[in-house]
Amino acid sequence: MTNHTHQRPVIRTEALTRHFTRSKKTVEAVRGLDLEIQQGELVAFLGPNGAGKSTTLRMLTTLIPPTSGTAEVAGHDVVRSRAAVRRSIGYVGQGNAAAFVQRGRDELMSQARAHGIPRAAAKARIDELLAAFDLQEYADRPVQTLSGGQRRRLDIAIGLLNHPDVLFLDEPSTGLDPQNRANLQEQIRRLHQDGTTIVLTTHYLEEADALAGRVIVIDHGVVIADDTATRLKERLGDLVLLGFATEADATTAAARAESALTGPTLIDRTGTQVSIRTPRGADSAPAMAIDLAAHGTPAIRMEVHAPTLDDVFLDLTGRSLRESAESTTQTEGAAA
Amino acid sequence: MTTLTVPAAQVRHTTRVPSRPTGFLTDTWTVLLRELTPKLRQPASMLFAMMQPLVFLGLFAPLLPDVENGSALQWFVPGIVVMTALMGASMTGADLTAEIRSGSHERLLVSPLSRPSLLVGRALKEVVPVLFQTAVILAVVTPFSFDLHLGGVLVGAVIVSLFAIGLGALSFALATAAKEQDWVFWTVQQMLIFPLLLLSGVLLPLDGAPGWLRFLSDINPMTYVVEAERALFSGEFPADVVTGGFVAAAVVAALGVLVGVRTMERSS
Repeated sequence: MTNHTHQRPVIRTEALTRHFTRSKKTVEAVRGLDLEIQQGELVAFLGPNGAGKSTTLRMLTTLIPPTSGTAEVAGHDVVRSRAAVRRSIGYVGQGNAAAFVQRGRDELMSQARAHGIPRAAAKARIDELLAAFDLQEYADRPVQTLSGGQRRRLDIAIGLLNHPDVLFLDEPSTGLDPQNRANLQEQIRRLHQDGTTIVLTTHYLEEADALAGRVIVIDHGVVIADDTATRLKERLGDLVLLGFATEADATTAAARAESALTGPTLIDRTGTQVSIRTPRGADSAPAMAIDLAAHGTPAIRMEVHAPTLDDVFLDLTGRSLRESAESTTQTEGAAA
Repeated sequence: MTTLTVPAAQVRHTTRVPSRPTGFLTDTWTVLLRELTPKLRQPASMLFAMMQPLVFLGLFAPLLPDVENGSALQWFVPGIVVMTALMGASMTGADLTAEIRSGSHERLLVSPLSRPSLLVGRALKEVVPVLFQTAVILAVVTPFSFDLHLGGVLVGAVIVSLFAIGLGALSFALATAAKEQDWVFWTVQQMLIFPLLLLSGVLLPLDGAPGWLRFLSDINPMTYVVEAERALFSGEFPADVVTGGFVAAAVVAALGVLVGVRTMERSS
């Protein structure tokens, strides 16, 4: 890891835009993205299916050209210097990098040849990667006989072969069982600790939350939030739910809470229940309960929920990420 | 969970050997080698492929009538070689469909391999077996009524390879356009392959054909390739026929690579 704090960003985009035209209808998949990602960052693009995450990734990895705007990866323009970008990056797509009829070791070697790495150096690197991803045993078997988790590890090994400046992962854990997903996240975390710059897309909230130092929330082709998961959630605040014996009590309590609490607070009363969204609500809830009891409107039930990234997404868009992910999948299924 | 106890990923340990620019020929070799590796690892499948033209030859050649000058085999074998190339090269794209679906094609698109090398390397993969098949056919028929003219055969092999590269690239383009729909690829491939074959005069001479059929045959590049092969395999080098075969094969090759690269650029 370098100690230069004022170096050029590894990824920089300016007004990056991509349109698709399907049956005479123009879809603005990515709309004017301005982004800077520094060396060593671990960034997650979070958003529902069709939000523009993968399209952004495909532009950054030279798979598709932008409609307008510019992007630089590892100091190279993604349109004018495609070859240089391709030499500097590693890419783990949604599918498998190794063809099913091939053997893992052969695919690693073909990747090394594609990068012009001499045979001896390539062999050493391949052995090192096979050891790092616990694949020695499976390297000489046809890829189609490997398990999903083994294939995913092989994908990452292939993506890392050229010591990339940036590793891109597109929905890396889709299709993996929970155990393999945890395993994969552990691998990604270690790569990050080694200093690799990592950019991944995901529509799993838990994944973005557990992994990424920085979460970029994308919806309808624009960035709607860009911060650490912790700060995104802190800003939203905890949800405190209070139940009362009567509606009158609830109304009184809601008014009292409104005057007592400071900061960006959201209070709502439905029937005998009052919901309060407030920063560090877990800390203020006990005092609040005592205060309300002292003023003759005791709460008879209390729940405190720490915010999730889904709450953040809901707050930003008015939709739940889970719901929109599901509905998009359904629409896609219907269209196919 | 037990799987979390994987060895620490010390993946940046060796001296970093940077990715270096590679040329078209190196890239093509990389792609060809990658394509051939699974086949080399399963020699049995190759052996089976080698036998196919022999089966065809064995079942069809006895039906050939005697011709006035030279043997029927001398006329028939060069056509079979071109047919083998047509059949093999036109299936180049079939493997691609599987690779598009699994994701390995996408990985190659993000790798530094140049687009034309992906096409040509894959098409060459079909040429290599064709050349082996030709050798097998010649080895089998030479003891019978067939005169081997090595010089002509070698020049013929160059023309067939060029033709196969073009066909392979077009097949690749077709698979790219068909995306993950297998049936589109196979329907179009089958629809094109038989007219090309019949109109080239591989199986039957078109001398007595009606005018419209002759016209279609005349605009079929494969006709010229077959005619050139027949002359060359008999040890003759008529300049016009050989040039015709070369030009037809080169046009198919150029067209194939052009269309293939454009399709690839558009699809991703």
